[in-house]
This record gives sequence, structure tokens and C-alpha cells, in this order.
Amino acid sequence: MAKEKARLLRGGLEKVPTGIAGLDEITGGGLPKGRPTLVCGGAGSGKTLVGLEFLVRGAMQFNEPGVFMSFEESAEELTKNVASLGFNLNRLTASKRLFIDYVHIERSEIEETGEYDLEGLFIRLGNAIDSIGAKRVVLDTIESLFAGLPNPSILRAELRRLFRWLKKKGMTAIITGERGDNALTRHGLEEYVSDCVILLDHRVSNQISTRRLRVVKYRGSTHGTNEFPFLIDERGIAVMPITSLGLQHIVTSQRISTGIPRLDTMLGGKGYFRGSSILVSGTAGTGKTSIAAHFVDAACRRGERCIFFAFEESPSQIIRNMRSIGIDLGQWVKKGLLKFHAERPTVYGLEAHLASMHKLIDLFKPKVVIVDPVTNLSSVASETDVKAMLVRLLDEMKFNHITTLFTTLTAPGNTLEQTEVGMSSLADTWLLLRDIEIGGERNRGLYILKSRGMAHSNQIREFLLTDKGVDLIDVYVGPSGVLTGSARMSQETQERGIELAHQQEIERRKENVETKRKALEAQIASLRAQFQAEEQELKKLTEEEKMRQRSTSQLREKMARLRKEDANSGRRTR
Amino acid sequence: MKTKAGGGPGKGAKPKRDTWELRLYVAGQTPKSLAAFANLKKICEEHLEGKYHIEVVDLLKNPQLAGGDQILAIPTLVRKLPPPIKKIIGDLSNTLRVLVGLDVRPKM
Repeated sequence: MAKEKARLLRGGLEKVPTGIAGLDEITGGGLPKGRPTLVCGGAGSGKTLVGLEFLVRGAMQFNEPGVFMSFEESAEELTKNVASLGFNLNRLTASKRLFIDYVHIERSEIEETGEYDLEGLFIRLGNAIDSIGAKRVVLDTIESLFAGLPNPSILRAELRRLFRWLKKKGMTAIITGERGDNALTRHGLEEYVSDCVILLDHRVSNQISTRRLRVVKYRGSTHGTNEFPFLIDERGIAVMPITSLGLQHIVTSQRISTGIPRLDTMLGGKGYFRGSSILVSGTAGTGKTSIAAHFVDAACRRGERCIFFAFEESPSQIIRNMRSIGIDLGQWVKKGLLKFHAERPTVYGLEAHLASMHKLIDLFKPKVVIVDPVTNLSSVASETDVKAMLVRLLDEMKFNHITTLFTTLTAPGNTLEQTEVGMSSLADTWLLLRDIEIGGERNRGLYILKSRGMAHSNQIREFLLTDKGVDLIDVYVGPSGVLTGSARMSQETQERGIELAHQQEIERRKENVETKRKALEAQIASLRAQFQAEEQELKKLTEEEKMRQRSTSQLREKMARLRKEDANSGRRTR
Repeated sequence: MKTKAGGGPGKGAKPKRDTWELRLYVAGQTPKSLAAFANLKKICEEHLEGKYHIEVVDLLKNPQLAGGDQILAIPTLVRKLPPPIKKIIGDLSNTLRVLVGLDVRPKM
């Protein structure tokens, strides 16, 4: 009681969860408790199903029995119709958790004379509610009373009374109404049911239909105001609020190889983050699928499961084509590690695509998912729809730590940074493949536009498709710009030639110097020889001179002796 | 209003081929219900004397009976016999329309 009071003081509106996937997120918890909600939409927009699922989920998940008052279909028809969605109405009615009352009025049987009221309807509804202790009521479609009963003014007064009565009984109710031309409902039910109005839409654009849901009004509560696509599949209705999972997922810092060693080194040497989203964009024929195939191959080699959603080529075509660059995807398919899911985008609407992808991922539990290419989906729906779908898909993947690689085709005229679906913000790692046209040639270039949370190369690599897979090589970056292909080759040859000439020149100079040195040495040698010869001669001369002097003195002595002259007389004679 | 089987006095016990089986659904003794019953009684006495049978069903007492004849409006008069089933809603204040609804040729 005190709690209740506190809640009321806070001004919060008590809500009843519908149990319909996604709807509770949009409405912030469900429908207003104890109040009627109007669900309107055109024929086949899923009004009855919303109502029925509200009751079935209520009975099964929240222990709130419900009364379904049908004005259009009998209980048997309803049971049959929703059996395909996995709802077993017979079991629920047998266990008194659901009460289906089929109200049928035949205009031709009815004559009106004088005053009347709809007490009979009240009694029936009241009886049904009391018999199972219902908390939820669905009236589908009460507007058909306008066709069955002749006096609209009485009917309006009675409907107003009915909704008041439902409120008083504390029933959380869904009233369905057919979409009118200029109003929400054909007979203006929104005048009476004004607490919460949900509009369902079934729009066909480009010949493909998409269901959408919008909360038009929710008195006393905030709510998502956007149109949300929703699907009806074998599990019932699933609304896809973009922010359903929010940005609360926990990331890992585990890295996984791209399958291309050189690309790994460009991405800080370790490859992508596990659970991240990788966008590979490029113009036609730049090798997007090949990069995807490498990634798949690497993942399968690690023993991880992969799903390849192909929207362009058939599985066997992809396998054949990838074999030409040396990747055998067929073996992984055989081993059950790789699953192809190839479909033309135009087979069915976006919602159904998402549903089937979702289901397959749920079933196969892959670690890696490839979507090739997402841009093809935009042939089915508008860009914003595709983006919304991708956001939803990626949220789901990131939540489950599935690494997603999606390729997009950029139109040649566009700026390269502009992906068609405008989903760059969704990508954690963005590889851009582009054509580089030089010298009458088209070559492929690859660079990393961004890669969140890791150091990555800022250089352009030339992207080669060889029979051993993708090869990334450095492009020639020189004064004349970036060169690739044969231009790079010729430039490299030219450079090599110049270098060779340089080397030869040096070699020649070296030889020259060597010869010069030799000549010099020879000269030195000859000079030295000459010098030695002269020295020799001089020696010889000195020797001779000595000899001569000695012989002269000997001769003089001899002569003196001969002249008998004493030793001193000689001086005296002088 | 008590569930009351009114019938034409005398005129044979077993129902004839052209017996009119009428059932009037009401919810408690509201002015509309009372008026409807009074009007019905009067019309029957006047035009179907001796060959009618009125059953009054009070839905407040037997709410589960509302489903059988697909009753929404109160009061509703249902012509069970002769077939086909006809329904007249309202307080039966317009005698001519009641007669048309019941497919009874008014006595001149």
C-alpha cells in the first residue's frame, strides 16, 4: 500500500508487459494497466494477432488470464489461424486461462424498434471475465458493431460506457479498430480510447511489404515515437526497436586473423577484434567477396562456425570463384562448419530477411557472419530501413560476440567514403577497396579507413588476387604519386636501372683510381730504381775516388822512396 | 421480472403448425425491459391470439444464455419459431415495425 502510494506520488504509470518481443521496450514496460489501448491499422496489418498474443503471453508468462471477444472470427477460425504461430488456444481455454467469445450479429436478422442498450454485451463480457478471473480483455474489432446495429448514436454512447466500465473493472484492454481514411479509426474510436494508441501499418514499397508499428500516443508515459518494423513469424510478433539492446554489450579484446597475413599486420599485427563489425566497401569487382572468403577460411581453420549470407551469388558460384584464388570453401561446407544462405533480396521483405537470418543464427550459433552484400537489400527497402535492420542485426551479433563482416557496393560516381546505406558509423573496422587507374590500367588498392581501438596502418596497399589468395603489396609512392600495377613495375624497373648505372659508375671510378694508383706506384718504383741507380753510381764513384787517392799516395811514397828524400825534407823543399 | 410463460388461453394444448415461439431477453427490470414486455404482450394478444408463446430470459440471472442467441442489445426479442430466426431490438414501441420484424400480417 505504502509502496503503491509512493509510486503514485512519483507519478509513474503502472504498466502491464505485453510479452510481445520489442513492444515492451518501445512502450517502456508495456500497456497502461487497467486502461484500454487502441490498436488500429488497415486490413491484414496484424491487429488481431497483437491482441491475441497479448492475451496468450499474459496467460502463459504473467499468469493473467484474458478474454478475447471476437466480432469477426469464430473461436475455431482463430484457433486455426494462430496455430501456425505456435499458440495452442485450445489448451489455454481448457485450462481456463483464455476465454474466447465470438460475437456475431447479422444485420439482416435485426429489426430495431425504439430504445435499447448494449447491456447484453456487458453481461456477456462480465460473465466471461468473472468465469476465469480475467485481467486482460481484447475486443476485436468492436467497430463491426457499427455495421450490425442500426443506431450509431446509441452505439457511441454505449461504447463510451463500455470503456468506462472496463476501466472500472480494472481490465487492461486492447480495442482494435480499422484504419479510417482521415482518422485513426473508421468510426472514431480514438475519441473514447485515449490512453494509448498504437498504429499498425502494412506498407508496400517497391512491391515489397513491410509491417510497421508506431505508438501514436501514450498518455502519462514516454514512448518511442518512431515507426518500428515488425515481423510475424512462427514465434509470433517481433517488433524491432533499434535500441532494444542498447549499447550495453560487453566487448572482448580478443583478436582474430583476417586470413590475410599482410592485412593482419596492417591491423596492428593481430587482425580484427572478435565480436566487432567489419565493413568492406568498394566499387564493383574490387575483391570484397574475396576478403570475406579469406576471413571465412581463417575462421573455419580455427574450427569456428560461419554463416555466409549471400545476396548476389549462389553458394556453388562462390565456392567455384574462391577456388580460383586458392580458397577451398567447399571443404568447410562438407565439415559442417560453414553454412551458406543464398537468397535474392527480392524474394521477400526486409522483415522476413531479418527474421530468417535471425533464426539461422540462433540455430547454427556461428562465430562469424558474412553478409555479402548488404547494399543489395536496399532494392527491397529504403536505406533507412536497411540501416535500421542492420543496426538491429549488429546489436544482436555484438551481444553474442559474433564477428560480422558485411560488404557494401559503392557506386562508382559516389564519394568513396559514402556507403550507400550510410552505415559507416556501424562499422568498427572499415576496409576500403578502390580502383586506382593509372596508365590505362585498373588496379586494386586497399586501405583501412578506420579501425576502432587498434593501431592500424595508414598506407595504401596494392591488392592482388593471385591463385594463392589475396596478396597485399606496397604501392610505389614516389614524387609522381602512387603507382600500381605495371606502372609500379616499370617505375621500379626504371629505378633499378638507374641504380645499376650508379653502381657501374662507382665501379668504373674505382677501377680508374686503382689504375691510377698502380701507375703512380709504378712511377714511384721507377723513380726509386733511378734513384738507386744513381746512388749506386755515386757509391761506385766514391769508391773509385778512394781507390784513386790511395793509389796516388802509395805512388807518392813510392816515388819519395825512390828519390831518397826524408820525410821532413819534403816540406822543406816546398 | 420472473421468467414467465405466457400463452394464449385455451385453444388446444399441443402447439399448432403456426405457433409463434418468442423469447424476450432482458437484464433486470429496467423501464425499457418492462416497456418491451408490455408492448410485446399487447401486440401478441392483438395479432397472434392463442398461437404464441413468450419466454422471458433475464440475463442478470442467467448471463451464460446471452451467447446462445448472440444477444448484445437489451431488450432483444428473438423469434425462434417459425424459422428463420428474427431479432428485434428495442422496447418494441413501434408496433408496425415489430409486426414487420416478426413477419406477422397485421389484422385489419
